[in-house]
Amino acid sequence: MTSSRTEPLPGVREAGRPAPADGDRERSPERRGRRRHRWDARWSPYAFIAPFFVFFAAFGLFPLLYTGWASLHKVSLHDPTHMEWVGMRNFSRLLEDDFFWNALQNTFTIGVMSTVPQLLMALGLAHLLNYKLRGSTFFRVAMLTPYATSVAAATLVFTMLYGRDYGMINWGLGLVGIDNIDWENGTWTSQLAVSSIVIWRWTGYNTLIYLAAMQAVPDDLYESAALDGANRWQQFLHVTIPSLRPTILFTVVVSTIGATQLFGEPLLFGGSQTGGGSHQYQTLGLYLYEQGWFDFQLGRASAIAWTMFLILIVIGLVNWLIARRLNKTH
Amino acid sequence: MLPTTAQRRTRTAAGATDGPSTATTGGKTPKADPRRSTRKAGSAGRHLHAGRITYGILLLFTAGSLFPLIWTAIAASRNNQRLAETPPPFWFGGNLFSNMTTAWQDANMGKALLNTTFVAGSIALSTVLFATLAGYAFAKLRFRAKNLLLMMVIGTMMVPPQLSVVPLFMAIAELEWTNQLQAVILPMMVNAFGVFFMRQYLVNALPTELIEAARVDGAHSLRIVWHVVFPVARPAMAVLGMLTFVLAWNEFFWPIIALTQDNPTVQVALTGLGRGYIPDESVIMAGALLGTLPLLLAFTLFGKQIVGGVMQGAVKG
Repeated sequence: MTSSRTEPLPGVREAGRPAPADGDRERSPERRGRRRHRWDARWSPYAFIAPFFVFFAAFGLFPLLYTGWASLHKVSLHDPTHMEWVGMRNFSRLLEDDFFWNALQNTFTIGVMSTVPQLLMALGLAHLLNYKLRGSTFFRVAMLTPYATSVAAATLVFTMLYGRDYGMINWGLGLVGIDNIDWENGTWTSQLAVSSIVIWRWTGYNTLIYLAAMQAVPDDLYESAALDGANRWQQFLHVTIPSLRPTILFTVVVSTIGATQLFGEPLLFGGSQTGGGSHQYQTLGLYLYEQGWFDFQLGRASAIAWTMFLILIVIGLVNWLIARRLNKTH
Repeated sequence: MLPTTAQRRTRTAAGATDGPSTATTGGKTPKADPRRSTRKAGSAGRHLHAGRITYGILLLFTAGSLFPLIWTAIAASRNNQRLAETPPPFWFGGNLFSNMTTAWQDANMGKALLNTTFVAGSIALSTVLFATLAGYAFAKLRFRAKNLLLMMVIGTMMVPPQLSVVPLFMAIAELEWTNQLQAVILPMMVNAFGVFFMRQYLVNALPTELIEAARVDGAHSLRIVWHVVFPVARPAMAVLGMLTFVLAWNEFFWPIIALTQDNPTVQVALTGLGRGYIPDESVIMAGALLGTLPLLLAFTLFGKQIVGGVMQGAVKG
């Protein structure tokens, strides 16, 4: 594809509007055809975007709002159409429930433990992949393969690797003289294990996102930095990182949304919705699932969903504020 | 607002010097070199050749990425007794096919694979179709409230579908769709990322004159979509189709609520395995392998395109 093909953008679009007032064609079938033409040009864009909005309204927006409505009711899983108004009671119950706070805390700690190392490693790896490399396609594809592995498959494998008695990780630790760790039953160890599954699945994906952004950094920036005597590390710190700021913010938002909803990994790590014998790695998503589909309280599950939604809004606002601040200072 | 492909290309061309060390002599002259400008964006790099340490680290991480998958295959080819010994096995045994057969039959993996192929295929098709239509409209057509509507599309990306499970569950209970595949297909038929992805592609790839020419010839919008937009959009449609297929194949939360082990998708069947449906670890691993194999195959064949798609979709900052 040559650049000439990608050139004609906004300017041409303005100039190239069909000019309906030609003036020299006044015969009536022509005019009717033209009117149909104009009607078509006017309304077809809406027809093209309509499917997206219709489906989103039906399966995204409406359920979200209805979840809010259901959270004000007592709804049983066995008879979900029967709703009994209880006001804010689901929410007040939630705030009194130790397991809610436990799940909130676990979601936070697992979120931090999985997101921070993941993004830092991705940044470093992207930097390395940005060098001139032999087999760069191989490296990229290989690092993206965990992304193709489902949560379920990955967690089943990692559960075995983290096995207490025969797991490979404990075997490896045994080689350096560390006794078998009961990964699943400890609080920190289980959360670390769950985090490692998230890290494994998403590091490669984020690496490619950072790599794409790094390739878009103008080279003159590096050149002038080099002229100023900056070494590779200083270039990375003072050219790459600042140029990547929007991308980094974007990945932080996406990873945070993902971390808030973490569900499959903790569910399958121990195979139960309680997230371990003493709920030591139960996340909010898992807590929602337990309340709704094991305690049969769909109203309470809705209240948890809305709480999660509010948390996400707060996170979004914080990110937005940070982004605005950064934009202002730079 | 976004670095377009065209921009990236010019940057690539501009950067085709031999690195900062020669920048003093090279200056900006290589920009004018037309041969360099045809190089693909992937080779932009920072023009420094990777050293041994770089290769070492990358190989280490590559090994880390691939090892759990390889070990899945190793464990799937052993038997339960061997997996309960130390040291754990590091090479393949001879039970792969018998374990896979057991998983296929006892864990319903056969039906799960068939179901998931249908579900993920339908979702990929509809997502690509609707995303191309909407992406084309946002990229090339003029209509009222266009920017506002585009912002709304992007905004919907922030609404996590997971939080909608309760009403969706009520709806399928009412419709008696529990355990039926349309229950997991319909809620995923469109996605905002797809719309945005197609828009970004078509803004650059589809010449506006082409549309205008077709319109002057009297072609109506659907004809234009069919004869002009689709042919141009085809490469991006293929990439979006693959990405969507992967995501739909791996969709987890909603399917385990909407479906049961009687009519599972792969993820539902694997969840059954993980919850002690079958105690044999090597069979569990065989199931995990079976459920991942189709995607790994796709990655082997189309890895380059999928990587390109992820990176293309990423430059949205």
